[in-house]
Amino acid sequence: MSYRLLPLLLLAVFGIAVASDINYPLDAPAPDGRRPGGTLSQDLAAPKLSSTENKDIKRERNYPEQPPTIPHSIRGYHLDKNSNKCLSCHSRANSAITQAPMISITHYMDRDGQALAAVSPRRYFCNQCHVPQKDTPPLVGNSFKDIDTVLEQETSTPNRNP
Amino acid sequence: MKSLFAWLKGYWCTLRRPSLHFSLGFLTLGGFIAGIIFWGGFNTALEVTNTEQFCTSCHEMRDNVFAELKDTIHYSNRSGVRATCPDCHVPHKWTDKIARKMQASKEVWGKIFGTINTRDKFLAHRRELAEHEWKRLKANDSLECRNCHNFDFMDFTKQSKRAAKMHSTSLASGEATCIDCHKGIAHQLPSMSGVPGW
Repeated sequence: MSYRLLPLLLLAVFGIAVASDINYPLDAPAPDGRRPGGTLSQDLAAPKLSSTENKDIKRERNYPEQPPTIPHSIRGYHLDKNSNKCLSCHSRANSAITQAPMISITHYMDRDGQALAAVSPRRYFCNQCHVPQKDTPPLVGNSFKDIDTVLEQETSTPNRNP
Repeated sequence: MKSLFAWLKGYWCTLRRPSLHFSLGFLTLGGFIAGIIFWGGFNTALEVTNTEQFCTSCHEMRDNVFAELKDTIHYSNRSGVRATCPDCHVPHKWTDKIARKMQASKEVWGKIFGTINTRDKFLAHRRELAEHEWKRLKANDSLECRNCHNFDFMDFTKQSKRAAKMHSTSLASGEATCIDCHKGIAHQLPSMSGVPGW
């Protein structure tokens, strides 16, 4: 008797064992990530795409260094090595004509703080940091409190360290 | 030279001689019907060259500019009204259309000799090609834009604040025309160095 068929046999036994154990969680609930609910094998519908907020009203920054978010739609704006549509309104020279906020002076500096004549190449691709916002509930909740709220809580709580 | 003249003279005599075998009615009616057929044929051929299908039958257009158009609002949008190549690139008025079609014979030349038959060649020519179109639209006050986007019927209250401001000042006063600001709305842009406003 040869042992050639042994692996096959073992596999068959394992298969039967798995198949007979109906409580085995093959279809486990999926981790609640961006699309909560459902199981691993289930396909849930993707959330609807919503349109970009286009109110042209500056939003509050959550902390002083936060890159301000874009308060308007940027559909179809080219931003590549050939052209930069953002700068046709927000650059130093053009912001006076369009009354759009001029990009920060830090964008005209190299990383050593030396002033440059034109926008620094490392700041050129605006939407690396600045992004438009959509009118949609956040996918992932968070408990961020801005510094004013934290300070207020600190000062209003009695019997804290001086 | 003399023989050529004599040869031409033979034809001229035939043309001048009254018809011997055909009646006047046959000649006038026949001429009229032949005219309809020829003109109809010419117009049909002209219309065929004025379709997106015709434009994208060449890979130069299909793989470069048409592929880029597909991302834009002039191809896909909420109401499904869309612009095809000739809507923006061929004037609608007959005389202007014929003038543009005659210019386009240079594009046939370019096709035969492969001026932009690779992606690299196309990119190298993009600024030049774009400048032709900017110049044309600037000269005719963005006529092809205005065939659909009529200034008189724009509702500024429905536009975003920035758009309304620009349209009610620069565009309304005629100081600027559509193409001055709206470059690269249907295709990608070449290097914009030195272009005013960029």
